[in-house]
Amino acid sequence: MTYRTEIRFILNGTDVSVPDVAASQTLLDFLRLNRRLTGTKEGCAEGDCGACTVLVGRLTGDGLVYAPVNACIRFLASVDGCHVVTVEHLSGPDGRLHPVQQAMIDHHGSQCGFCTPGFVMSLYALWMQTPEPTAAQVETALQGNLCRCTGYEPIVRAAVAVSRYGTPAADHLNTERAAMTARLKRLQSDARVVSGPADNLSILPASVDDLAACLLTYPDATIVAGATDVGLWVTKFLRNIGPAIFTGHLDRLKTIAMEGDVLTIGAGASYTDCQDALSEHLPHLTGYWDRIAGWQVRNMGTVGGNIANGSPIGDTPPVLIALEAEIVLRRGDVRRTVALEDFFIEYGKQDRAAGEFVETIRIPIPSQNDRNAAYKISKRRDEDISSVAVGIQVTVAEGRITRSRIAFGGMAATPKRATAAEQALQGQVWSQAAFDAAAKALEQDFRPLSDWRASAAYRMLSAQNLLRRFYLEQDTATAAPVRLETA
Amino acid sequence: MKDTHFVSGAAHTDRIHDSAIKHVTGRADYTDDIGQPEGTLHAYLGVSTVAHARLNGIDLTDVLAFPGVVGVLTADDVPGVNDISPTGQNDEPVFPTDRIEFHGQPLFAVVAETRDAARRAAELARIDCDVLPHALDPIAAQEAGYPHVTAPLKLERGDVDTALSGARNRITGRMTVGGQDHMYLEGQIAFAMPGEDDDIVVHCSTQHPSEAQHMVAHVLGVPSNAVVVNVRRMGGGFGGKESQMNLFCAVAAMAAKKWNRAVKIRPDRDQDMTATGKRHDFVIDYDVAFDDAGRIEAVGGTFAARCGYSADLSGPVTDRALFHADNAYFYPHVRLTSRPMKTNTVSNTAFRGFGGPQGVIAAERIIEEIAYATGQDPLDVRKANFYSGEGRTLTPYHQAVEDNILDRLVMELEEGAAYRQRRNDIVAFNDTSPVLKKGIALTPVKFGISFTATWYNQAGALVHVYNDGSIHLNHGGTEMGQGLNTKVAQVVAEAFQVDFERIKITKTTTEKVPNTSATAASSGTDLNGMAALDAVEQIKSRLIAFAADHWGVAPERVRFAANRVHVGDEALTFDAFIKKAYLARVQLSAAGFYKTPKIHWERARGQGRPFYYYAYGAACSEVTIDTLTGEYRVERTDILHDVGRSLNPALDKGQVEGAFIQGMGWLTTEELWWDDAGRLRTHAPSTYKIPLASDRPRVFNVNLADWSENRELTIKRSKAVGEPPFMLGISVFEALSMAVASVADYRECPRLDAPATPERVLMAVARLRNGG
Repeated sequence: MTYRTEIRFILNGTDVSVPDVAASQTLLDFLRLNRRLTGTKEGCAEGDCGACTVLVGRLTGDGLVYAPVNACIRFLASVDGCHVVTVEHLSGPDGRLHPVQQAMIDHHGSQCGFCTPGFVMSLYALWMQTPEPTAAQVETALQGNLCRCTGYEPIVRAAVAVSRYGTPAADHLNTERAAMTARLKRLQSDARVVSGPADNLSILPASVDDLAACLLTYPDATIVAGATDVGLWVTKFLRNIGPAIFTGHLDRLKTIAMEGDVLTIGAGASYTDCQDALSEHLPHLTGYWDRIAGWQVRNMGTVGGNIANGSPIGDTPPVLIALEAEIVLRRGDVRRTVALEDFFIEYGKQDRAAGEFVETIRIPIPSQNDRNAAYKISKRRDEDISSVAVGIQVTVAEGRITRSRIAFGGMAATPKRATAAEQALQGQVWSQAAFDAAAKALEQDFRPLSDWRASAAYRMLSAQNLLRRFYLEQDTATAAPVRLETA
Repeated sequence: MKDTHFVSGAAHTDRIHDSAIKHVTGRADYTDDIGQPEGTLHAYLGVSTVAHARLNGIDLTDVLAFPGVVGVLTADDVPGVNDISPTGQNDEPVFPTDRIEFHGQPLFAVVAETRDAARRAAELARIDCDVLPHALDPIAAQEAGYPHVTAPLKLERGDVDTALSGARNRITGRMTVGGQDHMYLEGQIAFAMPGEDDDIVVHCSTQHPSEAQHMVAHVLGVPSNAVVVNVRRMGGGFGGKESQMNLFCAVAAMAAKKWNRAVKIRPDRDQDMTATGKRHDFVIDYDVAFDDAGRIEAVGGTFAARCGYSADLSGPVTDRALFHADNAYFYPHVRLTSRPMKTNTVSNTAFRGFGGPQGVIAAERIIEEIAYATGQDPLDVRKANFYSGEGRTLTPYHQAVEDNILDRLVMELEEGAAYRQRRNDIVAFNDTSPVLKKGIALTPVKFGISFTATWYNQAGALVHVYNDGSIHLNHGGTEMGQGLNTKVAQVVAEAFQVDFERIKITKTTTEKVPNTSATAASSGTDLNGMAALDAVEQIKSRLIAFAADHWGVAPERVRFAANRVHVGDEALTFDAFIKKAYLARVQLSAAGFYKTPKIHWERARGQGRPFYYYAYGAACSEVTIDTLTGEYRVERTDILHDVGRSLNPALDKGQVEGAFIQGMGWLTTEELWWDDAGRLRTHAPSTYKIPLASDRPRVFNVNLADWSENRELTIKRSKAVGEPPFMLGISVFEALSMAVASVADYRECPRLDAPATPERVLMAVARLRNGG
C-alpha cells in the first residue's frame, strides 16, 4: 500500500495539488477563499439553490464525464483526480462569450445576476449532453437552480436556443478532451490518500477492498459518498465529520448489473448513474427518479447513501422496500444480506455495525403479473423532500390480489411497510372497494407526525388517496386521467 | 464615431441589462466578492433560542475562549444609541438589554479571525433568561392583549354601518394570508473598513444606503458625514434589504471601529431567514353588502398583521394594505381598519407590494364571495365593480381614480386569452373528470405609485461629462437586478443623444448623492430617472448657451442628435464639442434633483392624494388540481400589464414575469411555519419552497399594454413596474379556488387560505366534499 497526503486535481486549466485537506473543507470555500474564483456563489450552502454549480469531470468506464454539482456541499477531498470547471473557464482565451452566456444575455436571462453563474453552468452541462433540449428537459436540468428575479421564462428560452449559438463539438472541453483525459490519467494512482489534520482526516481508499480495510481501522469514520447529506452536517450544523472516508472515486462501488432477474446497484452509484438501468428494468421509477432533488444532487447523491443514512423521508427506501430489495453489508471480508425493510430499526438506528458499509443493493425485477407504482407528494413538485412517498407492488392473478407490498416514507419514524393495508388487500377482488378498505387500514399502520412539510391529517389522507390513485391508474376501466403527470 | 441617425440604448428600446455580460461570466462583483484587506475580521451573530424571555445576562466565557476569537460585541459595546428602528420609534435595539422578543433574535456578535471560528464560537454562549409566554400570530396576540407596534389606520367614507345593516345581501368571512420570505439569492452582508478620525466605509447589499449611513452614524454616535455606504449591486432585494441591512451594517461598523480592522459579517442562509423580517402575514375579517346583481354596496374590513416584535416598517406596510383593500373596485360605503399587532416573531418588513398584495387579495376574496353567492362568473362581478363613471371614482382614502384603463385592458385580455370559451370548456371538463379538476380566473390589479411617506418622493443624481466626452452617471437608486441603472442610463443617453456605451454607471454611494430614499415602492426609475434628466438638462443648457455664444447662433439652432452636436449648419462629434466646451471653461457636471408633484397625505384624517398615479394590469390563469392529493399545475397564464410608455420593454417584461412568479409562489408553495416554541422551521431553500422553472405556467403569454401612456408627466410617460405585477399571481390562487369549488358544483366559495399548498387545496376539497 502506498500513501499520498495531497489532493490533486485540475482546476480549469491548472494542475492543483493541495496538501493537508481537512475532511470538512468544501470545494466552494476553496474556490472563493483560496483561489478567489468568486464567480461561483454561495446562496444556501445546502445544495438547494445551485448558485455554486460547477462541473466536475471524472474518468469513468465511459471516458471523461462532466456533471454539474453543488460546490457548496462538495468536499474538496472528493475532487481528487477530477477536472473542476468553474464559470471563469467558459469564455474562450480570446474572451469571447460562450454560446450559453451569449444566449442568456440575448434572452435577458439575468436580473440580479447572483444565481446566473450557476444557471450558466447547469445549462452548459445540459447543452453538452443534449444540445437541443425541449423545455421539459430544460426544466429537469434546472430543478437544482433557484432564480428569484426572472420567473425562469427567459432562462428557459435561452436554454432552448443555445444550439443556435454554437455546437458542443467546438467547445473546448470537447476539443481538449483527449489531452485532459491524459492529464487526469497521470493523476491516477494506486495510493490510499490520507490528508488533513489528525482531528479532521480525509481518507480516500485505494479500492473497495481498501475501503473495507479503512473502515476496520476507523470503524467510526464518517462514510462520505455523494455528500448531499453529510455536506449539510458541516455547512449547516458545523459538525466535525473527521475522520471521513470518501467513496465517490471508487468505480467498483458504482457497478450496476443484472444478475439473473435481480438488478444489482453498487452503493456508490449516483441517482444519475442508475437512470438508464431503471428505465429499462423498472420503468415505473423513471418519473419518480426525476423528482429526487435536483440534477446536481442526483449527480452526487447515491442510492447507497440514501439508504445508509436511515432517514424516514429518503426517496428511495419506500419504493425499494416495495420491490423487496435487499442490501449487502460488508465488514472487512465478511458480507451479509439484509432485507431492506429490516435495515431500518428505529429513527436514527439502522442495522449497520461499526466498520460495516453498504456495498450493494439487490432489486428483484417484478414479474409480468406485478403492478407497480411509485408516488411522491411534496409541497413543491420538484426538488423537495417528500411529505409522503410510497412504493406499491401488487400481484394480481385471475382478478384477485394474491400479494402486495406497500411501503411508505414520511408516515413513521422509519420507511415502513403498511402491513394492515397489505392484509386488507390480500385475497380480495381487484376493486375500488378493496383499495378503500386498504386505505382505511392505513389508520392502523401509521400515526404520522405534523411538521412544516405536512400535517398528520394531510399525510394520512393523501396516503390513503395514493392507494386509491393506484387502483384508478392501474384499472383498465378508468377513462379520465388521474394524475397531473399523465394528464 | 458611428454615422447613424440613432444612438444605442436610447429610451424605449430593449437594451440589455448593463451588467448582463458580467452576470453570465461571473465577473459581477457582489459585496462578498470584494477583495479583503490584510487582517480582515469576521463577525457572526449569536441568537436566542427562546421566543420570549426576561434576559438576565449572557455568559460569553466560552465564546471568548474559542480559538481565533478576537472579541464580542453586546449592547454594552454600542458607542452611540442602541437602536436601529428605521422609523425612529426606538423599539429595535442592535442587541437587547433586558428582554428577548423572538426565537432567533440576535443577542451579541462574535468577532474572529475567520468566519468559521466566529460561527462556531457564537454557539457557545450561555444565555441566562426567564422564559415568558409568547404569542406568535396576530390572533394569539390580540387574545393575549398585546399592543399594536405602531398606530393603526382607519380609512372611512360614507355610512358603512347603515349600509351593512340594511343590506339585502351580506357576507362576512375571514381569510388568513401567509407571509413570505424574500429568499434573495445573495443574503445579507456588510463589510466595514475603518478610516481615520470617526470615518468608516461600509460596503453592503442594501436598498437604502442613506438609511444604513444614518443608522451606522446613530449607533456609532458620530455625524453622518463620517460614514460612507457603498452599494454596487445586490443579488436581489425585494424589500428585504430596505431596513434589514441596518443591523449588519451597524455590527460590522462597530467591530471595525473597535478593533480598527476591516470586518465582514455574512449570516448563513438559516440565520438570514430567521433573524431578518419578511412579508407580513394577515388575518383579514371582511363584511360586505351587495345588491342582487353583485354590485358592492358597502365593505367593512379589519386587517390584523403579524408585525413581529417591533414596528420596523409595519406602519406604512399595514397602511398600504388598507390603501389596496379596494384593489380596482368602488366601495360606496367603506371602513377599513388596520391592526398592526406585536408578536413574538422577527419584525416583519417591506416586501414587494409592501402590504398592497394582502389588501388586494382581500378585495378579490370579496368579489369571489359575491360571485358564488349570486351564481355569476367572478369576472362579471369584477367588471361590474370597477372604478368608473360619475360618482364611482373615489377611493376609501378620498383620492379620485382618474386614470383607470382597466375596462379596456381587461377586455383585451379576456378576448386574447379566450377566457369565456375556456371557462365553459373547463366547466364541461370538470363534469367528466372525477379526479382532476380545472379552474380559471382573470384578476386585475390597480396599484398606487408613490411612497405614502410624502417626503420620500425625492431623488438626486450626479452627472459628470469628462473632457474626453465620456459620461459618469450616478444617482441615489440602487441596482438589485431590476435594471434601474440601465433605464436611467437610457434616459441620459437619450437626452445627450449619445450611445449608451459612452455612459459609465457607477456604484451607489452616499458620498455622491446624499439623503436618498430607499429604492423601493417601485419608484426607482420614476424618481432617479427624473433626477438624472434634470442633471443632464442643466449641463445641456450650459452647453447650448456656450455654443450659441461661441458660434453666434440662436440657442434653438443648437441641437444634440445621434452622437453629434449640431450648431447652426455645423455638426461636431460629441467628443470634439465637449472638448471645446471644456476649453471655454463650461461646467460639465451637475447635481440633479426631483420631487414628485401633486401628492399629499393626511394620515390622521385618512384623506389626501397619496399616489401620483396608478399602474394597472390583469392576468388570466388556468390550473389543474388533483383532488386525491391537492397537487396542482398552472396550465396557462396570460398577462396584459400597463407600464405606460415603457422605457425598456424587455426589462419591463422581465419584471412582470418575475413578479408574477414570485406572487404565485407567495400564494402557493411558500409557507412560513413556526413550531410551538416559536421557532421558524422553514428557514432555507430545503424547507422553504420558492417556485422552480417547472412551476411556471406551461403556457405563459406576457404582454405589455403598449397603447398605455402615463397621464402624468413621469419620466418619458412610463410607469413604475417593480411591484404592481406581483399581484397578478392572485389569478393562480383564484383559479385554484374555482377548481376546488367544482367538487361542490360551484355552490360555495371555498375557504381557501394562503398559501394554497397542496395540503390546503386537498383539505379545502375535503371540507366541501364533506359538506363544508
